[in-house]
Amino acid sequence: MRAGSNRLPAPAGLLVDRERPVSFAWEGARYWGLAGDTLASALAANGEWILSRSFKYHRPRGVLTMAGQDANTLVQLKGEPNVPADRLPISEDLEAWGQNYSGSLKRDRNAVLARLSRFMPVGFYYRAFYRPRGIWQAFWEPIVRRSTGLGKVDRATPHGHFDKAYGFCDLAVIGGGPAGLSTALAAAGAGAEVLLVEENPVLGGSLAYARFDAEGTLAAARREALVAEVEADPKIEVMTGAVCNGWFADNWLPVIRGNRLTKVRAKEVVLATGSIEQPAIFRNNDLPGVMQGSAAQRLIRLYGVRPGRRAVVLAGDDDGYGVALDLAEAGVEVAAVVDPRPEPAPSALTEAVAGQGIEVLAGHCVAEALAGPGNRHVRGAFVSRLDGQGGAVPGGSSIACDLLCMSTGYMPTYQLALQAGAKLGCDDAGAHFSITGLPDHLRLAGSVAGATDLEAALAEGRRAGLRAAKALGLKAGSEPEVPADKGQAGANHPWPIFPHARGKDFVDFDEDLQVKDIVNAVADGYCEIELVKRFSTVGMGPSQGRHSALATARLVARATGRSVAETGVTAARPPFTGEKLGVLAGRGFEPERLTAMHHRHLEQGAQMMTAGLWWRPAYYGTKDRREDCIREEVLAVRRNVAMIDVSTLGGLEVRGPDAAEFLNRVYTFAYAKQPLGRSRYVLMTNDAGTVIDDGVACRFRDGHFYVTATTGGVDRVYRTMLWWNAQWRLDVDIANVTAATAGVNIAGPNARAVLAPLVEGADLSAEAFPYMGLREASVAGIPARLLRVGFVGELGYEVHVPASFGEALWDRLLEAGKPHGMTPFGVEAQRVLRLEKGHIIIGQDSDAMTTPDEVDMAWAIAKKKPFFVGGRSIELRRRHPSKRKLVGFTLEGADAPLPQESNLVLRNGEMVGFVTSVTRSPTLETVIGLAYTAADEAEEGAPLRIKLTSGRMVEGRVVPPHFYDPDNQRQEM
Amino acid sequence: MPWGLLKYGLGRRYPAGPDFPARPEFKPRYDVVIIGGGGHGLATAYYLAKDWGITNVCVLEKGYLAGGNTGRNTAVIRSNYITPESVRFYKESVDLFNDLSGELGYNILYSQRGQLTLAHSDATIRTFRMRAEVGKLVGTRIEMVDRRQIREIVPCLDMDENARQPILAGLWHRDGATGRHDAVAWGYAARAAEYGVELHQRTEVTGLEVERGRIAAVETNRGRVRGGHVIQAVAGMSSVVAAMAGIRLPIRSYPLQAMVTQPVKPFLDPLVSSSGLHTYVSQSSRGELVIGGGSDPYELYSTRSTLELKESLIAHTLELFPFLANLRLMRQWAGITDMTPDYSPIMGESPVRNYWLDAGWGTWGFKATPVSGKRMAETIAREKAPEILHPFRLDRFKTFDLANEMGATAASH
Repeated sequence: MRAGSNRLPAPAGLLVDRERPVSFAWEGARYWGLAGDTLASALAANGEWILSRSFKYHRPRGVLTMAGQDANTLVQLKGEPNVPADRLPISEDLEAWGQNYSGSLKRDRNAVLARLSRFMPVGFYYRAFYRPRGIWQAFWEPIVRRSTGLGKVDRATPHGHFDKAYGFCDLAVIGGGPAGLSTALAAAGAGAEVLLVEENPVLGGSLAYARFDAEGTLAAARREALVAEVEADPKIEVMTGAVCNGWFADNWLPVIRGNRLTKVRAKEVVLATGSIEQPAIFRNNDLPGVMQGSAAQRLIRLYGVRPGRRAVVLAGDDDGYGVALDLAEAGVEVAAVVDPRPEPAPSALTEAVAGQGIEVLAGHCVAEALAGPGNRHVRGAFVSRLDGQGGAVPGGSSIACDLLCMSTGYMPTYQLALQAGAKLGCDDAGAHFSITGLPDHLRLAGSVAGATDLEAALAEGRRAGLRAAKALGLKAGSEPEVPADKGQAGANHPWPIFPHARGKDFVDFDEDLQVKDIVNAVADGYCEIELVKRFSTVGMGPSQGRHSALATARLVARATGRSVAETGVTAARPPFTGEKLGVLAGRGFEPERLTAMHHRHLEQGAQMMTAGLWWRPAYYGTKDRREDCIREEVLAVRRNVAMIDVSTLGGLEVRGPDAAEFLNRVYTFAYAKQPLGRSRYVLMTNDAGTVIDDGVACRFRDGHFYVTATTGGVDRVYRTMLWWNAQWRLDVDIANVTAATAGVNIAGPNARAVLAPLVEGADLSAEAFPYMGLREASVAGIPARLLRVGFVGELGYEVHVPASFGEALWDRLLEAGKPHGMTPFGVEAQRVLRLEKGHIIIGQDSDAMTTPDEVDMAWAIAKKKPFFVGGRSIELRRRHPSKRKLVGFTLEGADAPLPQESNLVLRNGEMVGFVTSVTRSPTLETVIGLAYTAADEAEEGAPLRIKLTSGRMVEGRVVPPHFYDPDNQRQEM
Repeated sequence: MPWGLLKYGLGRRYPAGPDFPARPEFKPRYDVVIIGGGGHGLATAYYLAKDWGITNVCVLEKGYLAGGNTGRNTAVIRSNYITPESVRFYKESVDLFNDLSGELGYNILYSQRGQLTLAHSDATIRTFRMRAEVGKLVGTRIEMVDRRQIREIVPCLDMDENARQPILAGLWHRDGATGRHDAVAWGYAARAAEYGVELHQRTEVTGLEVERGRIAAVETNRGRVRGGHVIQAVAGMSSVVAAMAGIRLPIRSYPLQAMVTQPVKPFLDPLVSSSGLHTYVSQSSRGELVIGGGSDPYELYSTRSTLELKESLIAHTLELFPFLANLRLMRQWAGITDMTPDYSPIMGESPVRNYWLDAGWGTWGFKATPVSGKRMAETIAREKAPEILHPFRLDRFKTFDLANEMGATAASH
């Protein structure tokens, strides 16, 4: 049969389409399944039950929950590790393999490790492997590293397509089970826009697979009615196959469906996340064929797969009896229902089981699942009587079976609520749970809130929906009564733990931890639940304690004599289930900024470099001519004229009656009396008196300054300005216009000759437009601001225009410069030029501690101002003079080695400073640089000993940093 | 098969001698009261007992041992700082780590896999060269590496020259290591307890009594404790606890988040970080990728996680390792970092006599655990901080004699 030999006839199999067989590959062989199958269900239909090998002991593992919540079902795809097989849809191109084995999945050579388990007690690696010194890393760690991990990553995997969306709603309901459906309906009925998020492909939650009545008809009927109503409601948007993977502050919800992350901001949230069935603990409870009752029900109802032929059901609650009835209905022979309760209270379900003649062993437990060859499948259950304390009495009997269902209780799906700051409480026996302390605008409904009875869950959902609607300001009807008995009594067996003297009674399947590991961790002194977790690694695996937290808390509580409530569970942290890194990253675009002239630079052969987010031309020419290009560009500026794109330079408009006062406070210099039409240097210090940025302030009007800042610093400068003025409340408006402005600096002795013919509305003569002057004029018909500044130390004009004119300006200037042989120059040449002139670059020649005094900027500090940011600190720091000073230096001789930036300056073997900038000057034909050195050895002529990267020492000489044109005649031409 | 495990495997009963004895009642008085049962506090307790014979000591921990930043950091051990003072200090720490498993009789899983830090800009290259040069001067194993060498060290990095932030160069720190953070604290705790040090978990300090400028007693939720000396080692709460003694510290506290993926077979041995991309990545001995980044941009005492940081951090991580897009993230968490203006700790004397500070541990506390414990024990025993702690004294903020460490730390834990 193409759909698999274990396939049941309709109506079983809500999700599968019997008309559409699908073939897929598993472990290199091809199998048939049905459209709608998951890999796990399709394999189960074919009688293949082993899906993976366990982390430590390499035991065969198979279906446990069928809910995508456990690590047993993690399989390997091409380029994708750890994929939950019980969530993975099959398709024709699916190729999947098991994980973590050597040899074959069915015969894993590493399974021998389980025999060594007695030598691997809890935390064993802390107890050994460290003597002699270094042996861990040299010998043992490589062994551990070879065997660790589950799936494999593949370096050839392409990034893939992932994207992001934003969602908004009045109410987000997480979970489309009975409580979630009734919540959504109630709220939508009151007028709320509702988003309903459901992890499974269909709505209905437990209504889609569980049994609520002896006849087995109630769930489907209820589900059909509720789903039809929800689907007909235009105010409810349904997202199935989507998981809300976390709760972040203010109802910020990451909802993941496939490769898309939708970030939802919800005014109100109701968590109807249900509960997670918990495994019972007995020997070999991890064998394939041992599964939760709800997993068997999911296989039957959702996928039409018969989970076995002969079953034993361990039923600690009435739901287990429902499982037995479902199995019988699916043609599975139910050999026995084993009920640890001494006298289970009769109910419709228990009576129906008795009525079918199924043997019920009350007051008994499964002490051991009997393993078939190679632990590949369960072959029987060893059943023992329980004593009055809930312990197994030695001896008992074997019952043959190939399916062992565990139905002994649940734990609320508390993860999102606890991420939101709620607390999980429970009664002393540890069988009833409560979640309290939810933040505003977050509510619970259904079994997560303890309403396990169907009617109670529906009523509670309705109430939560109406309350959310009221909180939204909507008119909502009167709240329904929620029955006082919400069905929690008896829903959870308080102690479904039956330890075995020979172990393999697993508490945590992910980590292969047995009862004794938890008990021994406590005996070792790790008594707090978080210490037990960290020492034993319980709950650290991919299922993050979803099936181990409760049992661990119970075991630790018993071992420490505390209650389960006092013991607690470990912190719940996002995400709820594993989420792909690609989903979080999205399309992975990194912003980049291009100046208006960017394409011209590329056309002119520029090599581009990054400057923060910007791209800037480093130099023009091919990479193999780098040094020559830079040199030629430098000499062009010095001897003729050249121009550079300075659009990335920060630009800030500071406007308002208090503009001058504001600059007085944020910069060190004085601006109150700055004349109109002049620019003035600005130096910014932080509150510790450390220099953090510089530029010029151009005053166009009394209340209007245009202030420049460094390319890398402008965003911080802007932020800092806003931060201060939020406190000062000066009457000033600050705008960051960096991106709105394009700029070109045209520099060199022929700059005026090139520019003058293009300018209208300003006289460029030295007398009319002196150094540090500024004008508003038209350049080639473009409205422009002209600044006479001198970063490179030659006659020069910065032309600032609206960014939309940037490219036109560039073209017109270049054209005008043609008769003069003008070329563009890049950032590398500019660095050399400014160094020849002795101008520092903040961030390169200064560091996180540099004071204005250390870099000879005392002249830029106004003496009479009452206040500026950093002023008090500068004064304080002057009382404890700095031990270092930034100086200029040269290395004599044409063949002097060129140090590198950050080479250390030493004195008697101790570091006293370092080189901040250095170059072989094309203009001066010698090595020049700036360096920090000892303050007491900073005078002109003092020796400066530099340790080169090679280790060799060279000695230079301290000189004034104004290497080129110290009298500033050239820039003031 | 090591002997230690034969004992467990062949014994009829589990040979448990608890590493930490049950919490006793308070004694009337202790020579030293240590506030904070994290790595630093426990190491201080151990070295007080071992180096100085001071065993009438109790450790007060408001939660469980190592439950604060000791158990939340990403376990990077390194000494590639910028200033010689810092490099010397962290080098001593690395040296102590090297032999710590043997000393404590507790395997801290110390593994010197080397740390590769990546540069995407000229400015970073300058900083790296400085760190390399200073490291060589002090005697640590560190060097600049080029793109070819980077490929050899971590072959799976994306070396695309046209990437938005192409990898230009690297800083290769052979001494860079990792270890099991909890084990460090537990090892110190276990041995300290053997010397008679008392460990008081679930014991929260609620007040500090200062009389005539001298510490007199510590108030807790379980009553009052008297101690001759009191030291605080409460990273993440330093300002709050110091304020109980009337001390104002120049600290701002920011959350720092980290995360792990599901376990996969090992493919990455060294620790890789990029300051430009604000991310660092290593693969733990369990096969998980441990990923961290920069601190959150605003001050907060809440250890909540955020979606925004996770998104940007993972996007940056995939810039380096694009083939990991299908790997699944398993868990994210946060700790609180106490940042000082100079990215360096505050250690030694406080304005209150016999009250000692071990604070300001920002994002660099775990790697300093052994040296801090050893040197703080020395400080208390001699009632004076040793020379090596001089650069970290609280006083420096008055005279602006700060350690110049900004830049060595951002996102390269």
